[in-house]
Amino acid sequence: MRTIVIEPDYEAWRNSARRLLAEGVPPDEVLWSEDAQEASLFTGEDPHVEPVTGNPIKVPPAFLDMARSAAAHTDTRRWGMLYRVLWRLTLGGERHLLSMATDGDVREIQNWCKAVGRDIHKMHAFVRFRLVGVNADTGREQFVAWFEPDYRIVRLSASFFRKRFAGMDWSILTNYECAHWDGMQIHFTAGVPRGSAPNQDALDDLWRTYYQNIFNPARVKISAMQSEMPKKYWKNLPEAPLIAGLIAQSAGRVKGMLETPERPAKSAPKNEYLKMLHDMNRSEPPENKKPPQP
Amino acid sequence: MDTKRKLEILADAAKYDASCASSGAARKDSTGSKGVGSTGGSGICHSYTPDGRCVSLLKVLMTNACLYDCHYCINRRSSNVTRARFTPEEVVKLTLDFYKRNYIEGLFLSSGIIRSADYTMELVIEVARKLREEHQFRGYIHLKTIPEASQALIALAGRYADRISINVELPSQQSLDTLAPEKNLARTEEAMGHIREKIDERHAEKRGPDTPKPAPFATGQSTQMLVGADASTDAVILGCADKLYTVHRLRRVYYSAFSPIPEPSAILPLKAPPLIREHRLYQADWLLRFYDFKVEEIASAAEPNLDLALDPKLSWALRNRERFPVDVNRAPREMLLRIPGLGVRNVERIVSARRFTRLRLADLLQLRLQLKKLMPFIITVDHHPARMGLDSDSLRARFLPPPEQIELDFEAPPKPAASDFSSVRSGEL
Repeated sequence: MRTIVIEPDYEAWRNSARRLLAEGVPPDEVLWSEDAQEASLFTGEDPHVEPVTGNPIKVPPAFLDMARSAAAHTDTRRWGMLYRVLWRLTLGGERHLLSMATDGDVREIQNWCKAVGRDIHKMHAFVRFRLVGVNADTGREQFVAWFEPDYRIVRLSASFFRKRFAGMDWSILTNYECAHWDGMQIHFTAGVPRGSAPNQDALDDLWRTYYQNIFNPARVKISAMQSEMPKKYWKNLPEAPLIAGLIAQSAGRVKGMLETPERPAKSAPKNEYLKMLHDMNRSEPPENKKPPQP
Repeated sequence: MDTKRKLEILADAAKYDASCASSGAARKDSTGSKGVGSTGGSGICHSYTPDGRCVSLLKVLMTNACLYDCHYCINRRSSNVTRARFTPEEVVKLTLDFYKRNYIEGLFLSSGIIRSADYTMELVIEVARKLREEHQFRGYIHLKTIPEASQALIALAGRYADRISINVELPSQQSLDTLAPEKNLARTEEAMGHIREKIDERHAEKRGPDTPKPAPFATGQSTQMLVGADASTDAVILGCADKLYTVHRLRRVYYSAFSPIPEPSAILPLKAPPLIREHRLYQADWLLRFYDFKVEEIASAAEPNLDLALDPKLSWALRNRERFPVDVNRAPREMLLRIPGLGVRNVERIVSARRFTRLRLADLLQLRLQLKKLMPFIITVDHHPARMGLDSDSLRARFLPPPEQIELDFEAPPKPAASDFSSVRSGEL
């Protein structure tokens, strides 16, 4: 049994996996660990990784995308599983393996990818930037956001924010890694605690005004809302404190609408355009007036 | 009146438009510019309100003053709501300020019709022009257009917008005559036809070498139909939608359950919104667009309304039992798509996997399929349902939800099953 201690990122796994595969080490002879101390309990072997030479191993590009995405998950079994599928795809002779969504290993990796993809999507959606100032030299507005992702996705989602918010300076802070954009390049720094980011913005109040007025109290579907915007995100969303009140008032608001006396139709005001419309409608050929046959 | 008060009025006035899509735009982003904005990926919902609808765009009206008298609409001229009107600068600033804080994907701008169609269109277009030209805004813009507006203005709207739309509102002229006397279905369809030509022209895959590149134009158009305001059957609604998809190649038809509004009209009494019917229509719409169903198969002249208790695909299967069971190892893709409980993605997975293996029930479990729903309709290597099961009278009963109220009661809304919501946003089965 060989023990591989790696930094928990895709590049580290790829380097080790490449070497193991070149040496023809079967997956069940490898123990993967993200923790040097824990690994040394099981084995005294040197985890030093030799650089690999020789023929590059070919795998489907789709597998590399999957591996990059699954690597951002936190399940400690992912490194071993990724190596097992890599082995099966290459030395194992199962080149079509990725076509088999029914395979348990493939399915497991796809589920990790799905969870990571969803986390990235929610980060794109629920990051809230707060204006903290204007750069005196460049005149660029500076924004800071705090986000709590489930997985290690800051690097995977950074390019989205760079493309979208090129014209402003921004930082996204999380507890394990932070991303910063200054108009020229993105750089990453270590994680920071929650209190490092501002928790409000002068515009939040206007945003809440919009949120409560775009809500239709006549069609309350709370579980539909929560399945897409789970409660774990609420504490960092400026609009979320309104939710309970909007739900509580909705029945009363609808009752009010139902009890309002109905309003009679007003006659048309004097308006050239309206007159023209009415004339056009009157001159429609009668066949257009027939109800359609189902 | 300050911007905040206007926002209250003009967001409230815009909420009855269900469209929220921010996907399907051409790929563009702010790289190298002083502005912000990107489109072209999948749409993003930045928040959800307790009505279960996503908040993706800043959806407001330019003004809620309106010459028209559409009786389902809170903004009709007979309504007594407070009227307000944004300046173009106010909408531009709100859009940019909201966008930079990542509250939204972009702007959905519509308007009550004032003075004339062209005058109103010009107001709406001016906002989009400022965003694009003065602020290099590359985010999503959806503009509502008016069928009677001039061709030149519709072309200009399409130049700035990613999507443009005209609401059909009701699927027959007879209904419009009663409830929206200024609206005309034939003119709406004519305008949609012109828009389709512009979209096709701009986004044609092949263009002659000497043909100059046409002006930029939106990548798609959509529309909305109200459900439950008139007596139209589901067959009429779906027939209208199908026509719009095939003839005018709309990207989306939205179905919006007519829900109570403040300031009700004497001509259209309020009632509970038919939310389950709206949901079934979305499911049926998905069957038309992605599952190759025909309208007559889902809602026929004999049975013009969808079964509210069962999803339309399951209903179809129960009416067409002679087509089942289907062998998932052999059946063509078209038939796999007709199996209740099997969606497009899983059909692709099955077609892909069965090239290398003979599928068993355990394989379908790996795909996390609901075997309980599937089993009467499929054959696998290790499963041959008894023909008797398919023929039995109790098969339909097996799928019915436990007895409960279907119509929503405002005092005590019933709790729909979780499965009703997995697809409530997209309508996906």
